[in-house]
Amino acid sequence: MRPILVIAERKLTAPGRLNPASLEAIAAAQELGRHLQAPVQAVLLEAEAAGGLAAELAQYQLEAVLHARHAALAAYSPDVWTAALVQIVTAAQPSLVLLPHTYQVRDFAPQLATRMGAGLISDVIGLSAAQGEPRFLRPMFQGKFAAEVGFAARQEGAPGFATLQIGAFRADAAARGASPAPIRDLAVTPPASRLQAGEVFQEAKQAVDLTQAPVIVSVGRGIKEPKNLDLMRELAAALGAELAASRPICDAGWLPMDRQIGSSGQTVAPKLYLAVGISGAIQHLVGMKGSRTIVAINKDPEAPIFEVADYGIVGDLFAVVPALIEALRAAS
Amino acid sequence: MKILVCLKQVPAKDAPLKLNQAATWIREDVSFETNEPDAFALEAALRLKEAHGGEVVALTLGPARAAQVLREALAKGADRAIHLDAGEAAAGAPPLDAFAIAEAVSRAIAGESYDLILTGLQSDDAGYGQTGVILAELLGAPHATIIMQVEPAGERRIKVKRELESGNFQFVEMPTPAVLTIQSGINKLRYATLMGIKQAKNKPLARMTLEEIGASAGLNRQLVHRLFVPSKSKGTTLISGSAKEQAAALVAHLRNDAHVI
Repeated sequence: MRPILVIAERKLTAPGRLNPASLEAIAAAQELGRHLQAPVQAVLLEAEAAGGLAAELAQYQLEAVLHARHAALAAYSPDVWTAALVQIVTAAQPSLVLLPHTYQVRDFAPQLATRMGAGLISDVIGLSAAQGEPRFLRPMFQGKFAAEVGFAARQEGAPGFATLQIGAFRADAAARGASPAPIRDLAVTPPASRLQAGEVFQEAKQAVDLTQAPVIVSVGRGIKEPKNLDLMRELAAALGAELAASRPICDAGWLPMDRQIGSSGQTVAPKLYLAVGISGAIQHLVGMKGSRTIVAINKDPEAPIFEVADYGIVGDLFAVVPALIEALRAAS
Repeated sequence: MKILVCLKQVPAKDAPLKLNQAATWIREDVSFETNEPDAFALEAALRLKEAHGGEVVALTLGPARAAQVLREALAKGADRAIHLDAGEAAAGAPPLDAFAIAEAVSRAIAGESYDLILTGLQSDDAGYGQTGVILAELLGAPHATIIMQVEPAGERRIKVKRELESGNFQFVEMPTPAVLTIQSGINKLRYATLMGIKQAKNKPLARMTLEEIGASAGLNRQLVHRLFVPSKSKGTTLISGSAKEQAAALVAHLRNDAHVI
């Protein structure tokens, strides 16, 4: 049986450690492997075996860890990653290649799949199998719909590729093996990169650490104008909350970037998260869906934010929020 | 610099979407607009042209209605436009996926030498987030994704700022021609001026059908079997009534049931 291949990723800011999204991908591959009766192998790209990462991966229930080392693999470049992985995937002959839907993977995976004459199904949130073929669940239309997707007829021998949304599978569900998996060293010969990348840096020290806030009031496009932030600040004050926002609000400069929640901002899990005028695009949901109690106030009953909300108010936020401020003050 | 900007027309942000009969796509009777990240890509292209000279060409693939995004692009300052006319798809026919769109674009621009191709990082409809990268691969050009800044870096080179996870960034240099996928918020969008709208009427808007370039959904590498409204992962308590009643009920729930205030 052809294996399912998982491409592991090293941490961006700590390359000696695994990005935990890699373990989510292993868990997903193991689950699908049980349906398809396919073994799972993991791939690790490194300049040198410094951190014992291959051994760490080998602790999981895998048929093998494919370990490619080359000086060019010290730092990420799409040219280098694609070329190296074409060699590895060609040698391993998998039926399916699973990758975590990280910024890095989004940068090279479409290139890799295309170079291999294959399709890539991105941002997958669920896996199943029908007649021996994998089926994937992914959001479409900003999460308003879910889609069941499969590969179009493939050339004999070509693998399918899929990226898995961060948080859609549980890293702690990745099964460990009774004994370590064999580590196979693979020789790769990537070309020189056409891109010259500089150091990874942060724009400014984050002034606000929203991850520590027990209560967050988060605002989105629905507040319409920056002057309405005053009302939202009043609501935050009444709840003893920090004020945060979805990306469009920070892009427009209404609130500073360090108050942005979502995949490109901060990931939070407060005890209470109040989303006001936020439709709930997936990029926002991944940053807050772990919150203990979620309240959504939105005029659109179909807004995806209601899918993760514990309490939902469908209505005009400019009527609901003043009433809520009054009720909170009366209750305190 | 000669810059191509790929734009997609998608359902308007607050459009109430309904599924078609076969539940394979949405019904078309909604309002449409330019995909937001693509609008930022156009703005980035216009700013590069204004600062360094050159030409901006806007391209879209879609049915007749999609030409509206080109008219808007021309009104904002693009020099000319190309409409890859997908015709009116038969009911229930699948739209082109990211690979088929990239293949169609690469065929349509064969013979033209662009220094830079810009597109949004993903679309608000299918959300594949792949078209730009696949296009780069088909053209044999380097690429970079989720870009927050673009500037020339000497003869036939550019320097870009990539957004990485958790508030990290990285500068990357590469030779042109190159393909970049642009992140929302890279700049401030302009409005079309009255003068611009007038001038747009005299700018060239070329039309090619997908048949002419030999592209179709037959090139798709993925199949959408069905769309559905996702089942709620949580049992959401919906609170109804007047604003005042809703507020009072919410406070009571948060205090007595959720114990969070």
